[in-house]
Amino acid sequence: MRADTDTIDEFVASDYKYGFVTDIDSESLEPGLGEDAVRFISAKKNEPEWLLEWRLKAFRHWEKLECPTWPHVKYPPVNFQDISYYSAPKKKGDGPKSLDEVDPKLLETYEKLGVPLHERARLAGVAVDAVFDSESIGTTFKADLAKAGVIFCSISEAVQEHPELVKKYLGTVVPYTDNFYATLNSAVFSDGSFVYIPKGTRCPMELSTYFRINAANTGQFERTLIIAEESSHVSYLEGCTAPMRDENQLHAAVVELVALDNAEIKYSTVQNWYPGDEEGLGGIYNFVTKRGICKTNAKISWTQVETGSAITWKYPSVILRGDNSIGEFYSVALTNNMQQADTGTKMVHLGKNTRSTIISKGISAGRGQNSYRGLVQVGKKAANARNFSQCDSLLIGDRCGAHTFPYIEVKNTTANIEHEATTSKIGEDQIFYCNQRGLETQDAVNMIVNGFCKEVFRELPMEFAMEAQKLLDVSLEGSVG
Amino acid sequence: MSSIATANSTVTPVEAFVAIEQNGATLLPLRKAGLARFSESDYPTLRDEDWRFTNVKPLSELPFRPTLSPVSQAILEEQLSDVIFGQLDADRLVFVDGHFSSALSQIADQPNGVTISNLANVEVELGSLSTGDDNPFVALNDAFFTDGAVIQIADGQRLAKPVHLLFVTTASEDGDAAHIRNWIFAGTNAQGTIIESHISLGQAASVTNVVTESRIGDGADIEHIKFQDQSNRAFHLASLYSKLGRDAQYGFHSIALGARLSRNNLRMRLAQPGIECVLNGLYMLRGQQLADHHMIVEHAAPHCDSHEYFNGILDDQSRGVFHGRILVQPGAQKTDAKQTNKNLLLSDDATANTKPQLEIYADDVKCTHGATIGAMDDDAIFYLQTRGIDTATARRMLLHGFAGEIVERIRHDAVREELDALVWNRLESEHKLD
Repeated sequence: MRADTDTIDEFVASDYKYGFVTDIDSESLEPGLGEDAVRFISAKKNEPEWLLEWRLKAFRHWEKLECPTWPHVKYPPVNFQDISYYSAPKKKGDGPKSLDEVDPKLLETYEKLGVPLHERARLAGVAVDAVFDSESIGTTFKADLAKAGVIFCSISEAVQEHPELVKKYLGTVVPYTDNFYATLNSAVFSDGSFVYIPKGTRCPMELSTYFRINAANTGQFERTLIIAEESSHVSYLEGCTAPMRDENQLHAAVVELVALDNAEIKYSTVQNWYPGDEEGLGGIYNFVTKRGICKTNAKISWTQVETGSAITWKYPSVILRGDNSIGEFYSVALTNNMQQADTGTKMVHLGKNTRSTIISKGISAGRGQNSYRGLVQVGKKAANARNFSQCDSLLIGDRCGAHTFPYIEVKNTTANIEHEATTSKIGEDQIFYCNQRGLETQDAVNMIVNGFCKEVFRELPMEFAMEAQKLLDVSLEGSVG
Repeated sequence: MSSIATANSTVTPVEAFVAIEQNGATLLPLRKAGLARFSESDYPTLRDEDWRFTNVKPLSELPFRPTLSPVSQAILEEQLSDVIFGQLDADRLVFVDGHFSSALSQIADQPNGVTISNLANVEVELGSLSTGDDNPFVALNDAFFTDGAVIQIADGQRLAKPVHLLFVTTASEDGDAAHIRNWIFAGTNAQGTIIESHISLGQAASVTNVVTESRIGDGADIEHIKFQDQSNRAFHLASLYSKLGRDAQYGFHSIALGARLSRNNLRMRLAQPGIECVLNGLYMLRGQQLADHHMIVEHAAPHCDSHEYFNGILDDQSRGVFHGRILVQPGAQKTDAKQTNKNLLLSDDATANTKPQLEIYADDVKCTHGATIGAMDDDAIFYLQTRGIDTATARRMLLHGFAGEIVERIRHDAVREELDALVWNRLESEHKLD
């Protein structure tokens, strides 16, 4: 028991590898939020009138809203006037035409993060859109993708070049009135990725966006929109990191997915924002709204590995509007030190024969608080809806918390809903068993945790699965339960 | 708060009200505080997380007249003889519209240390367990309760017979409200069975607002069965606050069949090691009925077990709401907590809302929860049909078995058997099964 507690204390001492700051000139908007800031961002991006109007509508609505208090997380109120709503690396002249013209310092940053931006990264076979603070700095493999008819660019670029698509779909899944942070995002969103997969196309490679917060006192408000036309298929990956700073930074993103008839979207996230230090100083507030809509026979699958952020507040959801559509949610959320996570999903069954699966694995260590909050809703017309939910929690140490708040609302007799949850800890006997077979205690913990998360990791694309596994090992370094 | 204004205009302020109260002076602070809390708070709305699925608007629109004196209409003893548990061999306390009726009650002489009485005759620490809850209906009860039962069992004593608390509503006018306050005290190693039943003789949209506080001592073993079968226009609000002692065993069974809207708040505090607490419930609803069970089981000490089992059968446009929260405090190691909520929907218009929640701050615990919502199993019905059983009987048998999972947990034989028969008959008389 003694040794047990000692190792728990050691556990807390793990390092955040991505905490460096890139020293680069950037131009930032003065902190403060008002219609001026909204107009500034819109003008900066040379946006059409309708988009500015939409932003302003969102902003006016936001002013009427109150910050939500229902999540099971504690943090001092955010002062929205102290945040700069726009920060971008300073451009030389007209800005880079291709990646070769991008500031080498930026490229170095991404190199350090292990994100291949250069064409030599062809070997990696993943197209990347790199977002640095409020701006997208470059997108790889554009030409190759264009051949297949796939549009993959930053959303600012899409507004300029494909306004009809953006106008048609923006805000259709997450309306600007949706919730406090989504409304704020609608008003001040800066950049993000835009993906359009034409009818009948299978996207030839994995698409990926890498988000990096660099500047201090800024908030990142990105907006991602993915449209999969009929019978198309796309797999999209998202990664995030930020420097170590003592103050909290706000990240409030919105992701909208539209899967038309027979389309399939697979969306994977490895979230590793700076989680703050052992005492809970600093770290990112990650308040994200992610939602997808499925038309007939469509499928949306969310996979997330959440290891970073001081506070995570995130519910990737699927609206199963079309008949026979499928929604999936696979999640691993890890909270260590003073981290808090309130995450889960919403599966809204509206069409007939719709199916959804929820697998959520929460790991709490240190003084981390981990909550699963999920909604399974079956509408009156959703005959034969089927849901299976499983949320398991693993506690490491006796100062952390694991909570489960499922909501189930059913209005159809033919629905079949199952929910299961368990809470367990890594037992001394399990560790002892591994020690006996010559495994270090740390390796044993990693093995047990990875086994616990196996069902989720299986859903990640291969490279990500490896990364996620390593990430978990790093985050758990020195920890034993 | 328009309703309280109405109540005030027909009823004099609380002092005057208390003056006619038997136990006046000592209760005055409690009543005043309750009235103050009630006028501060408002009726909960669907925006309140704890009332998300239970709309009390129709209730808040009622005039809410506290019944200050028993309704004059004489109740014939025969009218009560065929109510459930009416023939049970028990000590019986009967309350009519919140007022004790000694004529209808029968209490045998009790051994030393056992008190079975109405509240008006005994002094107890009312409010000692219910304080701190912001439920406005409890505040209302604090201010306006008229009477209720007191059951006190001294150390090592046991109840010779079960105690049956029969609460009858005769309200003939919408908005007549009965506020009932019960007090249960079981000393060290005390034992007993308590049956609480609520029925209506009138059809009015009456309000019953019950608050029960129970202190269960170390090693005590108490079984408490609550049966609610009021008219389907009635509103039934109940709150139970229990504090359990070391190694105590406490079983609470809630059978909710009646009322247009019923809400049972159960607050269990397990502050000593070794407690075994079972919350067990069945709701069978039809028409526009809504039954809501809202419980918080707080594990504040190690080595306690708590089990919640709730089954619901929902027909027509009815709605069943289940909110269970298991809260495991830091240090409450070796907790074994379990909650299950199963719902059968018999109609496409019925709704089930379930929120089985776990909030855990200790690492060496076993906590599980499960919820299912679905329709009856066609294969099971077909199987019975192949054995020559007609569809209606097959469905009735399956439903009876589903309800039986709950009923069979009641340990008192006579009560269990009577309830079991009642469920079987209700399924035939009130649900379309073919």
